Amino acid sequence: MSQRIPVKELTDSFRGRAVGALADDQLRTNFRVAMDSLMKKRADAFPDEEEREGLRELGNHIKARALSRVPDLLEQLETRLTANGVKVHWAETTEEANRIVHSIIEAKQGSQVVKGKSMVSEEMEMNDYLAERNIECLESDMGEYIVQLDGEKPSHIIMPAIHKNRFQVSRLFHDKLGVDETEDVNELIQIGRRTLRQKFLEADVGVSGVNFAIAETGTLLLVENEGNGRMSTTAPPVHIAVTGIEKVVENLRDVVPLLSLLTRSALGQPITTYVNMISGPRKADELDGPEEVHLVLLDNGRSGAFADAQLRQTLNCIRCGACMNHCPVYTRVGGHTYGEVYPGPIGKIITPHMVGLHKVPDHPSASSLCGACGEVCPVKIPIPEMLQRLRQENVKSPAEQPKVKDGGAKYSRKERAIWRFWASLNTSPVIYRLFLWGATRFGKLAPKNVGPWTENHSAPVPARRSLHDLAKAHLNQGDR
Amino acid sequence: MSARSNILNKLRAGLAGTTPRPDDFDEGLVTRPWQYAPEDRITRLRSLMEAVHTEIHQLTTEEWPSKVQELLESRGLKNVLYAPGTEHGKLLAEHWQRAEPRPELLVYDRPIEEWKEELFWQVDASVTGTVGGIAATGSLVLWPDRHEPRLMSLLPPLHIALLKASEVEDNLYGMMQKHNWSAGLPTNLLLVSGPSKTADIEQVLAYGAHGPKELVVLILEDG
Repeated sequence: MSQRIPVKELTDSFRGRAVGALADDQLRTNFRVAMDSLMKKRADAFPDEEEREGLRELGNHIKARALSRVPDLLEQLETRLTANGVKVHWAETTEEANRIVHSIIEAKQGSQVVKGKSMVSEEMEMNDYLAERNIECLESDMGEYIVQLDGEKPSHIIMPAIHKNRFQVSRLFHDKLGVDETEDVNELIQIGRRTLRQKFLEADVGVSGVNFAIAETGTLLLVENEGNGRMSTTAPPVHIAVTGIEKVVENLRDVVPLLSLLTRSALGQPITTYVNMISGPRKADELDGPEEVHLVLLDNGRSGAFADAQLRQTLNCIRCGACMNHCPVYTRVGGHTYGEVYPGPIGKIITPHMVGLHKVPDHPSASSLCGACGEVCPVKIPIPEMLQRLRQENVKSPAEQPKVKDGGAKYSRKERAIWRFWASLNTSPVIYRLFLWGATRFGKLAPKNVGPWTENHSAPVPARRSLHDLAKAHLNQGDR
Repeated sequence: MSARSNILNKLRAGLAGTTPRPDDFDEGLVTRPWQYAPEDRITRLRSLMEAVHTEIHQLTTEEWPSKVQELLESRGLKNVLYAPGTEHGKLLAEHWQRAEPRPELLVYDRPIEEWKEELFWQVDASVTGTVGGIAATGSLVLWPDRHEPRLMSLLPPLHIALLKASEVEDNLYGMMQKHNWSAGLPTNLLLVSGPSKTADIEQVLAYGAHGPKELVVLILEDG
């Protein structure tokens, strides 16, 4: 029997969670070690700068070309897949997508689902949705399995359990699976293998994500190292793939550079162990593979980002995770601080379109704008530029008609009034001098508590003499 | 209005007044850095695959069936799944008749549903063909069909793959073009670049996650 899997509720805001994460030495060590290693692996995988830059440019052009024709490509994909025997479904919201998935499972009277790694299914919170309907939905990627077993969410899109070390996993397996504790990573993986193999055998339905959906041939391409993706898409009688509408590319050849960029940027591998290209359900003369294949195309705010030519670039993303691996903020606060499905720089620019800025008001500003994310992005998304744009949208007044979902979440009349005052002060010489006169004489009356600044700094005290004054005095003394 | 038309309408509205970007795909970017002299192709493939724990042997067409026997016997395996309907399957069966080795030959001759439990837990090894290899990334290309179904290269803990030396291409792009993949793909086309692995715990590499724990590639020299 399946039971509802309790997911640890995240408390507090981004700031509150960040404070907690920064004080957690174990967490910080786990992330620091992992990110350093991932950065090195990526660097080693791109030894030739010219080759890398040429490929990134090509990757950017391929995604931009696909997006410039995306409605046509989605229709072409649907036509080809349908001709291949795959049933295509469309969902505007995660609720709709869940209903579709549930109805497919229900039609088969399924009670057990195994899932390959899929971030879109995380967006949908599919595990919880199905568990509430008495359907067990089990993660089969080792990292996702560990995280699910502990009632957590992934903290990295490629390495979901990166926040845990072997001892924590060992204790978890001991507590939940009743096995002996072991510090041997190989043995831990073999425990996972044995447990999950039985689940692959029993499953009524397999769910997976999609890395690239190829319109030309009607093909769903998945990359992975473990083989759980192949298991989920091959062993159960039904396969349901869920993906975002931005994953479609025009031609089969387009995936050659994208694949190379993806695996090298994500893990520093020339290729993943498996590249799994699925073009249809089992044919009459074939002996395995699912009898039914479904594709659920999910919008969930993507068309909102698409509506704006600048923000549209967010949808170039191929989900490699390089931006988070290189992010100084992510490395320090960890994935869970972001509180949403996609953490790190890509999370900061995609999540507002999905859940609205009201829910993630600190996302655009949780960045030092150091630019590392933009520099490593394999499809050249100008992430810092997107963050700055979202900061603007975040403080727009309703009259300024923000272009992002729940834009103006941080709009404040008081802040606006202060800036208006500051602007008029600096554009009127008379008022400016008057202010300066006052500030230099009554500086001691300056406020001692100026918001977040004084949490970590002493309050600014105006100088006794202004720069104007000093300059005048200096010139009056003549050349010395 | 359906979700489909809502989504497509929104996307179309976003593109109003724009023209599609040109197709400026430069194939040189994915071929030029990945070209090898014929004698270097196998070396490159070998070194990449061996780096991820693949066992590789270069053999003649006559030798390989006895190598399969040796691989199985040295590991003390009970059985091996093979495809009697293929050329290489016939050669293997002939060798088995002559040498009468201990491991039993199994055939994937019925739908998965009829022997799922056995295939998941009881089959020790499999021998499959490939339609080629890719030097740039150290990959095998598998084209599963009725004779060699999809799970045959996934479930048994030991997968032995046969690769003809003459069918190794420089890079994925070349492979795709040469065999005109875009004209028609099988239900499932696979690139396999080593045994199953994971680095999900502390980034420590562990082999045999869900698929084969061992991948052995027998590279067959022509003649």
